[in-house]
Amino acid sequence: MSALLHVEGLGKRFGGFTALQYVGLEVQPGERLGLIGPNGSGKSTLVNCICGTLRNEQGSVRFAGAAVNGLTAHQRTRLGLARSFQLPRPFGSLTLVENLRIPILYAVNSRSGHSLSGPAILTRCLELLGQVGLADKAHRLPRDLTQIEMRKLELARAMAAEPKLLIADEAMAGLSHAEVDEILALLIRLNGQGVTVIMIEHIMRAVMAFSQRLAVLVAGRKIADGDPKDVVRDPEVVRAYLGE
Amino acid sequence: MTGSLDLLVNAIISGLLLGGFYAAVSVGVAISFGMLDVVNIAHPAFILLGSYAAFIGNTVFGIDPILATIIVLPAFYLLGLLVYQVYYVAFERRDDQSLRGLSFFFGILFVAEVGLILTFGVDYRSVQAWYVSGNLNLHFIELPWRLLVPFLLGLAMVAVLQLFLSRTFLGRAIQAVAQDQQALRLMAANPTRIKRIAFGLSFATAALGGAALIIIQPVEPSIGREYIGRIFAICVLGGLGSFPGMVIAAVTLGIVENITATFFGPSWAPAVSFGVLLITLAVRPSGILGR
Amino acid sequence: MVSSVVKEEEEREGIRGLGHLAFIAALVAAAAVIFGIARLIGNSYAFFAAYVVVQYIVLGSAWNILGGYTGYVNFGITAFFAIGAYSTVVLYKLTPWLPLPAMIVVGGAMAALVGLGTGYLTLRLRGVFFSIATLALAVVVQTLITNWDFVGGARGAYVLRPKLAPLIGGDYVEYLFLVMLGLCVAVLATARAIERSALGYGFAAIRDDEAAAEASGVPTLRLKLVATALSGGFMGMAGAPLPYYVTYLDPASGFSLNYAVNAIAMPLIGGTASWVGPVIGGILVGGLQEYIRVTISSAVNVLVVGVLMVAFVILAPQGIVGLFQRKRR
Repeated sequence: MSALLHVEGLGKRFGGFTALQYVGLEVQPGERLGLIGPNGSGKSTLVNCICGTLRNEQGSVRFAGAAVNGLTAHQRTRLGLARSFQLPRPFGSLTLVENLRIPILYAVNSRSGHSLSGPAILTRCLELLGQVGLADKAHRLPRDLTQIEMRKLELARAMAAEPKLLIADEAMAGLSHAEVDEILALLIRLNGQGVTVIMIEHIMRAVMAFSQRLAVLVAGRKIADGDPKDVVRDPEVVRAYLGE
Repeated sequence: MTGSLDLLVNAIISGLLLGGFYAAVSVGVAISFGMLDVVNIAHPAFILLGSYAAFIGNTVFGIDPILATIIVLPAFYLLGLLVYQVYYVAFERRDDQSLRGLSFFFGILFVAEVGLILTFGVDYRSVQAWYVSGNLNLHFIELPWRLLVPFLLGLAMVAVLQLFLSRTFLGRAIQAVAQDQQALRLMAANPTRIKRIAFGLSFATAALGGAALIIIQPVEPSIGREYIGRIFAICVLGGLGSFPGMVIAAVTLGIVENITATFFGPSWAPAVSFGVLLITLAVRPSGILGR
Repeated sequence: MVSSVVKEEEEREGIRGLGHLAFIAALVAAAAVIFGIARLIGNSYAFFAAYVVVQYIVLGSAWNILGGYTGYVNFGITAFFAIGAYSTVVLYKLTPWLPLPAMIVVGGAMAALVGLGTGYLTLRLRGVFFSIATLALAVVVQTLITNWDFVGGARGAYVLRPKLAPLIGGDYVEYLFLVMLGLCVAVLATARAIERSALGYGFAAIRDDEAAAEASGVPTLRLKLVATALSGGFMGMAGAPLPYYVTYLDPASGFSLNYAVNAIAMPLIGGTASWVGPVIGGILVGGLQEYIRVTISSAVNVLVVGVLMVAFVILAPQGIVGLFQRKRR
């Protein structure tokens, strides 16, 4: 298996409600995968199961050739799997720099041969903040940020973990046209640096511009997976999600 | 041999009755923690307040203790509204619940206990009523009224509340808030107001629970602390958000505690509830009938 | 967590700029000065009262490592404190020749183990379950010890206080005070070292948003266990000298709720974000308590602390330290 991420037969229930039903997904190294679907279709649940925030009852997840099913979320992050949260979850009492310090201290530094020292960490944090355009607010607290700035911080924090695979969960929701373009450019640039990216979005313009491959999740099941141009013409996808 | 069996049967039966009493004191937390997610660890302090209200009504005015707490019920309800309002403004709104909210209730628990000590002293207090002593004689078994009355009171409270929650509009609104606040907002109902009312109800149950407590045993200010573990063990074991689960858990704990007390001595009772709590948290945190 | 803005400003001023060793040296110097003053006063009441205040600083600082830094509220302070105290009673009966510092280490280790055990069972769940479990733990440990005849059970245990203090001479109480001062230096140095380390950042991340911390690579369970062990261990060490201080130890006083309320109230009032808070809280509240106890009554002083705690939690959540920080900006 050369796939970076291999999800097979994933199933997740919440009490009587089946959130995910036999979901399978494969992502190749360096790929840009888009994941779309109606609200409540299980996209975030899927992310949570892949990343370890939730435990799936059925199925398996393999990442970088290793089975990660029993691993906790932090162990998976250390292996190179990172995600941004749909609703930004910054560390409220820490400055932006300190927010980025956490994944560097705990994800990056835990990998063998990788330890960054104090001043090097600060440099790296400022560099990352520069990449998302937040360098001038480096020593402010998250509560001083605007919506889009929080989203950028969220992405920057995921990037700080130096992931092999980044899952961006609705990072663009509610943003303006120009702001969507900013985030889009950021993700494409990241992919250019070698990071595999899964983008979960509702904004079709961004999804189509970004994705090399497109998967569709409806009511906990994957109903399409392939070339974006073909997927958006798939009648079942049109009926379930794109409408008319 | 039959001696042991007799002992066991008696322990089970009085444990069952004890369970009904435990349901009476726990139903308030089943509402505040189970449904509203507010960790009111000070609930036992208000139960004690109810006990002392029953005590005053009984010794000063000669009223039946249960009647005395029914009279002060509205005051407890209002107190609950007030406490929730403070909690909401200070913590829930700021989304700073965990550390400070818990410390808030711990502080209230403590202040209430010390306040009771200063007002009533540390002596044990009890009430007089025909059912505080004597047994109900059914041919095959004798049930002490002292246990039976709180048991019936507990079951009645849970039944009335369950009916209220499922049959009345307000009750169903409370259930809705417990499950999904967002949806409630979309229906233009004010979740805060509904939560406040529910919290007030939770305090009202504390008054009646207090009557039950002082009937079952003489009270003094520090016994509240023993009940925190019991009450939360019951709510967790039963499953947060489920009344029937809570009752089952209350009865189970009552029986297990009583058997332990009968065969190993009464001072081990607090260890039982802690053990139950730990085991539940370790093995099945959602409880018996939890969501 | 003191934000790096403030840290940078103060990097240039005074005490915050000190490295670890320099800080410890400063603490030791301060402790020596305090001890010297107490000796000059010569009154043994001074030693008794000062012991209590320093003990509370240790308890509050210990509590704060898990409570303020990591965001997990431990209500079972009396359990850990009493484990330390009663482990000394056991050692006093079995190995009375053991020097006090050794007993303190044992008491701390016992308490840390209990903390680890409780934590291992409850820290995977929401913080509130841990807090409730610690409440129940306090009652259970009290029950166990009340039923344990070897340590005197409900009747209590008598411990003979040596007449003379080892090392420094003078009354044994002075030695107890010195030991407690040493413990205080240790816990404050530890707290400050944590604040500035990767561990401290991990704690803060857990406190601010545990799920995000876990997703960022923080091994949350392991760190919480570390915090619980450190916190419980120091609380146990704070309790270990108690039997020699009171000479008669019974469960009612060993498990007094005052210890729990003070250990929580002092950091909350002083400020939970740094090592300074519990110190300020300990001195102010301890002093206030002593004053009220002497002028009005001991029940009222306990009531006042409870009311103050509730007031601060509602009105000034960052404590006294927070009030000063806001003025600075």
